[in-house]
Amino acid sequence: MILFKLAWRNLVGAGLRTWLNVLVLAMAFILMIWGKSVVDGMAYQLYDAMTNIEFGKGGQLWHSEFDPLDPLTIEDAHAVYPEELAGRIATDDVATILVRQGTIYPEGRMQTIMIKGINPGQKAMDLPTDKIVVGSTGLTPALIGQKMANKTGLTQGDLLTVRWRDAGGTFDARDVEIVHIMNTVVQTVDKNQIWIPIADLQLMSDMDGQATMIALTQPFEGTPSSPVWVYRDLDFLLRDTQELITAKNAGGNIMYGILFAIALLAIFDTQVLSIFRRKKEMGTLMAMGLTRAKVIGLFTLEGSMNGLLAFGAGFILGSPLFYYMAVHGYTVPGGMDDLGMALGNTIYAKYGAGLMLGTTSLLFATVVLVSWLPTRKISKLTPTDALRGK
Amino acid sequence: MDNGTLIKTQGLVKRYPVGTGYFTALNGVNLEVNAGEFVGLVGPSGSGKTTLLNIIGALDTATEGTVEVLGKDLATLTGPQAAKHRSSFLGFIFQTYNLLPVYTVFENVEFPLLLLGKSAAERKAMVMEALEWVGIADKAKSRPKMLSGGESQRVAIARAMVKKPQLVLADEPTANLDAKNSHHILDTMLKLNNDLGTTFVFATHDEKVISYLKRKVTLVDGAIQSDETTA
Repeated sequence: MILFKLAWRNLVGAGLRTWLNVLVLAMAFILMIWGKSVVDGMAYQLYDAMTNIEFGKGGQLWHSEFDPLDPLTIEDAHAVYPEELAGRIATDDVATILVRQGTIYPEGRMQTIMIKGINPGQKAMDLPTDKIVVGSTGLTPALIGQKMANKTGLTQGDLLTVRWRDAGGTFDARDVEIVHIMNTVVQTVDKNQIWIPIADLQLMSDMDGQATMIALTQPFEGTPSSPVWVYRDLDFLLRDTQELITAKNAGGNIMYGILFAIALLAIFDTQVLSIFRRKKEMGTLMAMGLTRAKVIGLFTLEGSMNGLLAFGAGFILGSPLFYYMAVHGYTVPGGMDDLGMALGNTIYAKYGAGLMLGTTSLLFATVVLVSWLPTRKISKLTPTDALRGK
Repeated sequence: MDNGTLIKTQGLVKRYPVGTGYFTALNGVNLEVNAGEFVGLVGPSGSGKTTLLNIIGALDTATEGTVEVLGKDLATLTGPQAAKHRSSFLGFIFQTYNLLPVYTVFENVEFPLLLLGKSAAERKAMVMEALEWVGIADKAKSRPKMLSGGESQRVAIARAMVKKPQLVLADEPTANLDAKNSHHILDTMLKLNNDLGTTFVFATHDEKVISYLKRKVTLVDGAIQSDETTA
């Protein structure tokens, strides 16, 4: 207890030196939490958007021929629904999606698109498919995203000619009505895509009761009865996202490490300087009856208390920033989704218990360590040498 | 060692390794100091005064011979026991005052009492009493850098005396002070010696100090050349 009292006195008595140390540590602490929370928030938003909007919480069943990165596979990637999902399909618990390539002619210019047929009442994907209802024109209702709308100049109520090839390879065309334009951060459900009722697309393509993929609300148990369907769980579907996050985390960790090193350097430097500059003080303490171990403890405690003060200061100084970043987020000029990340224009910081406790514990443990390391020299110091300042 | 003997050294030798050989700082010192004495170890630089003081203060160890202080054979004390011994029974005064720079005067004087586990009320009363002894109570809240040399040394004396130790060891206490401050400091210490019966042992070559001594032990080349009672 007495060492705490003495260490506190030393810190307070050292005045500006202490507060500069505390400020440097606190800033490092704030930046570490902030940087990591932004990456964590980005990862959370990405997973959340991809899972809820693009894939569905339970993963997807894919036609075995389907490869989203190879448009040539789409032609043949369709099959009748798997029997075991008949009940769930009937209650719209899953999203049945038929994918066909097509062409539109906005403003007289030809553009290749994906036509995606989906059951409007589906509950698996967070898309406003309930808006795909027949409008006043009686034409096939179509849903597009804001980016698609921006690119093509289409607005709600516009009529659009869509051309496609049916199952027999014959070209056909019909007009559709844009009944809704959705805002979404996931560009893979937006750019160059047009969503219409699956029943219409099945009829247009002569593919009654068939789909390319099925988005699920719950993971698929076991293996599909038909080998034409393959279950893709979220680990598979989010693999690219995971790699992206890993890469972002690596960058974030480098920054984390640099800030960590700065923080520790501040403590280590102060401690090393203390050991060299305060030898006479150590000798005096020993002469007055403090054992060598207690002198080591006192100096280690001083360094460690710098860390404790810094955490306090960090929480006080950083709270407004932490709060702002969690509630209002960080606005990315131009939008990250343009770069292929389903994030929208704003990244919200996320503070998990792991981040806060992990960072605090790691920093504090290391502060104690670097506070103690230089003090080991004291164990070789004799009181008489210390009193002479040697 | 009878009840009145505070310090007793017999055949005390201290050698320091220098290169491949040794430097002998103390060479067969036999010394007895009784309670209440005001004794000075005098001699030129390098005569062994500070070394002897450090050994008596359990800050250093003898190479040969025995040292008994307050009935304890210092050679038998472990590090923590020596620290406890210093904390409980000894006070130190240094040439450069050695005040803790970030503490106030009050806190500097209070420090030895913290180590002894005194209560806050006891500490406050004892510190103010010690500051009164040295006439510096009005500077209790000052920091060492705000004090003159004389004031700093008075604080150092208060710190050494606050726990009313049986023995105070002072190493060149006036070496950094002018004549006026030196006399003031010595008057203070002499008064404490007379009023409280505290034993003072000085290491000094300052003539002003020597004139105050009741007993003068002259060291030359690590050996006692003379031991005379002066008052």
